[in-house]
Amino acid sequence: MKDAVETPLNEAEFHINDYIRLEQMPHFLCPGCGHGIALRALLWAVHELGIDKDKLAIVSGIGCSGRLSAYIDANTFHTTHGRPLAYATGLALARPDLHVIVITGDGDSLAIGGNHLIHACRRNLNLTCMMLNNEIYGMTGGQVSPTTSPDRYTTTTPAGNTEPVFDACALATAAGAGFVGREVTMQVTGLKNLMRDAIQHDGFSFVEVISDCTEIYGRKNDLGNSPEMILSQKSQMRPDAYRNTVDVPFRPNALTCGVLTKTDRPEYGKAYRDMTARLRGEGK
Amino acid sequence: MANQINLQGNQACALGAIAAGCTFYAGYPITPSSEVAEAMSRELPKVGGTFIQMEDEIASMGAVVGASMGGLKAMTATSGPGFSLKQENLGYACGAEIPCVIINVMRGGPSTGMPTRPAQGDIMQARWGTHGDHPIIVLTPASVAECYTETIRAFELTERLRVPVIVLIDEVIGHLVETVDLDALQPEKLVERTFATGSKDGFEPYAVTDDMIPPFPRPGDGFRSHTTGLTHLPSGFPTQNPAKAEAALVRTTDKLDLHADLIASNELVQTKDADLLIVALGISARAAQQAVTDLRADGIKAGLFRPKTLWPFPESDLKACVNGAKAILVPEMNQGQMILEIERLMARDLPVIGLNKIDGEAITPAEIVAKVNEVLS
Ligand SMILES: Cc1ncc(C[n+]2csc(CCOP(=O)(O)OP(=O)(O)O)c2C)c(N)n1
Ligand code: SF4
Ligand SMILES: [Mg+2]
Repeated sequence: MKDAVETPLNEAEFHINDYIRLEQMPHFLCPGCGHGIALRALLWAVHELGIDKDKLAIVSGIGCSGRLSAYIDANTFHTTHGRPLAYATGLALARPDLHVIVITGDGDSLAIGGNHLIHACRRNLNLTCMMLNNEIYGMTGGQVSPTTSPDRYTTTTPAGNTEPVFDACALATAAGAGFVGREVTMQVTGLKNLMRDAIQHDGFSFVEVISDCTEIYGRKNDLGNSPEMILSQKSQMRPDAYRNTVDVPFRPNALTCGVLTKTDRPEYGKAYRDMTARLRGEGK
Repeated sequence: MANQINLQGNQACALGAIAAGCTFYAGYPITPSSEVAEAMSRELPKVGGTFIQMEDEIASMGAVVGASMGGLKAMTATSGPGFSLKQENLGYACGAEIPCVIINVMRGGPSTGMPTRPAQGDIMQARWGTHGDHPIIVLTPASVAECYTETIRAFELTERLRVPVIVLIDEVIGHLVETVDLDALQPEKLVERTFATGSKDGFEPYAVTDDMIPPFPRPGDGFRSHTTGLTHLPSGFPTQNPAKAEAALVRTTDKLDLHADLIASNELVQTKDADLLIVALGISARAAQQAVTDLRADGIKAGLFRPKTLWPFPESDLKACVNGAKAILVPEMNQGQMILEIERLMARDLPVIGLNKIDGEAITPAEIVAKVNEVLS
């Protein structure tokens, strides 16, 4: 979708109801769950890019995050736990005419699906992966995940988490992803812009959304309700020029938001198709 | 015009797939099936198709299902441990009714077992490898020519019925080289999936049609439907309503009963007057065929029933050809898997005896002859 970069943005006002399956409402997310904000930002980005819903394919894994695909008015595929990137790889190679976007969770893509994530980063097929990191296995009732912060309580770390965490963006960058970014749900406009750039990127793009599981993780760790949780998440982030608002103090050790990596590498689908065309041209 | 070539079973599976119109392959190397992937990596670019070697078998199976969700004819191949790894995403394809073909070249197990030695130990795994009740079709070629034609048939069945099809061969068949005339084996006409057309309003991707095969909504065609491994309604969205959940699951298995005639396929060798019926598949059936000839030369009326479609097991076809047989012998390279099904169907009527071998060697005609003589004495 290289030339999409030059396409002017859709200026029409964004109405989320144009992009969701209203008949699937009410949704199943708990009140205050950050996943809903991420969904809004994604659809807003899709709107701004003027993507035809018929050409939009959403592939999700299993988890509260994975359930989001059912609410999107597009071609939606709710696959297996940890494997949406594998399904999406097949779909994107089969159908380069589609915009393929993966929605996954921290457990889905960093634990069970970690191998698929690093290879998707390496391969650089034109896909966008949106990972909703709520530091917990929400769907299964709040077990520890590879991103659960130290000392936090979960149903499988009753005395507090003793495992170190993954930095998903550092992992994706190290594995070769051409576009890597991070944003908190509080910055919904920033997240929309980030998703927009990720979708436009020609190749594999990875976005980590710092989401909140209010109902389980928040409660168990006394992190307050949704407003308190998303405010504290924002305050732990290093502000970045990418943001519309830069109103938090600089913190040297905090996670950085915005676009963290952007490099142009050959897109895999095109590289493969060029190779096969060459072979056929040579009558091999 | 004859086009005689020497071809290996695994390669014949690959060429059969191409002849059937397969344009997508994802796999992960494993002995004794790697030649399928190697051949597909050479052949697919020639037809504008896509080959990809994924990071593991889980990913390969996922990519195959993903490509098929995009509307392509897609296949993978594997063996032993790789077949185990494919089971979860294979189950997804069974539940969501996504066409796909899986070649499984059986080697000695369990675990890493004997990678280069033949076995027929995946007969039950092919039927029940993924969790839960599910529809699946399993074909068992016994020659190189059949590796070609049965892979074509696998695509015909999977695309037509929206049920995953496994082509189950043993290492001997996979690595066997025979002379075949591919021109004589071409399909008359390619079978294509029925894609959804018509009104998008109120479209139901899993609507209950007379043939129980819902037309497939291809992404991009405007249906914007939902696909999930959760038990789903005709609308495609999940349900836990007991009656609706049961109806949804039952349709996918009833579908196979409705199309049983299309699916069933067997070879009968001198079964009409057989006193002793042998039921065997793959390389064991090749040995059994020779044993039938040898036994008949000695005046013993033996016959062979060879299921080319192993699952759903061709129950009525077997029963119809038993006639006056006094016993059934089931030679298989495992500790007794297919025999369980034969016993279930026939043990009330006549003795069902097994001949089993798990030492990594194929069963020989002489071993079958000796067993038959023992049974009849
Ligand atoms: C193979 C397999 N193992 C385990 C599960 C159970 N399971 C469902 S969702 C989930 C974790 C989801 O966590 P995450 O990916 O972080 O998503 P969240 O619910 O937090 O959005 C697990 C372990 C499963 N469905 N499949
Ligand atoms: S359990 Fe947590 S992650 Fe899941 S919907 Fe509720 S708040 Fe969101
Ligand atoms: Mg999570």
